[in-house]
Amino acid sequence: MKIAITSTGNTPDAQLDNRFGRCEYFAFYDTKDHSIKYLPNPHKNDVKSAGEESIKLIASKGVQKVLSGEFGVKVKNQADKYRIQLIMLEDTTKTIAELIQMLDH
Amino acid sequence: MSRPKHLRKISNPPGYKGFNPIGVSNDHLPLVLNLEEYEAIRLSDFDLNGQVEAAEIMGISRPTFARIYESARRKVAQAFVEARPLVFEGGKVYFDSDWYICNNCGCRFDHPDKEIQVSVCALCGSTDIKQLKGDEK
Repeated sequence: MKIAITSTGNTPDAQLDNRFGRCEYFAFYDTKDHSIKYLPNPHKNDVKSAGEESIKLIASKGVQKVLSGEFGVKVKNQADKYRIQLIMLEDTTKTIAELIQMLDH
Repeated sequence: MSRPKHLRKISNPPGYKGFNPIGVSNDHLPLVLNLEEYEAIRLSDFDLNGQVEAAEIMGISRPTFARIYESARRKVAQAFVEARPLVFEGGKVYFDSDWYICNNCGCRFDHPDKEIQVSVCALCGSTDIKQLKGDEK
């Protein structure tokens, strides 16, 4: 299963990004081979609909779960349509490596 | 101008696009079954809800639900009798799923696939989770 995590940087030490649509990087974690790929968010500076465009991008990568600090109001609807699970975490001091450890439980 | 329709809540959309009849040539025009009609059949005949409960789940009135369900059954019957394909498409709908909170790691998560029972937290795997209701989001 592929899981997307919004990240402030492109290393495992980077912290979770609080915003979904306008985050710095998406980290794509594959639970099968435990690989992480980083992708700079092309919708980072969008004036509107950054969340909707981002969820479309994530859906095209075959992601089933998204981990972020907050999601905008328009994202939920789209995510349900693509059958993507949203996870919100208020504690944004956690690093990508720590989150992946939690996901592997 | 007619009164605008209430949005119907779809809690479990179909994972495929429709049906084809077997053993006939494929030149029949497909019948379009709206997503709300699919959901009405699913709630009534698969989950065996009464019309009142089903209408509540979809966020519409009981008479409206009855109309949607009636139209859905007629379309299915027509497709069977006339050997026409069925496609799931359109409708005045929105998609929604419930939120859950994990008491172990403090994360909130939703669950788009309602067929599977939610028992563990999506992040830490803890079983100490609670479903959020109404405005608690």
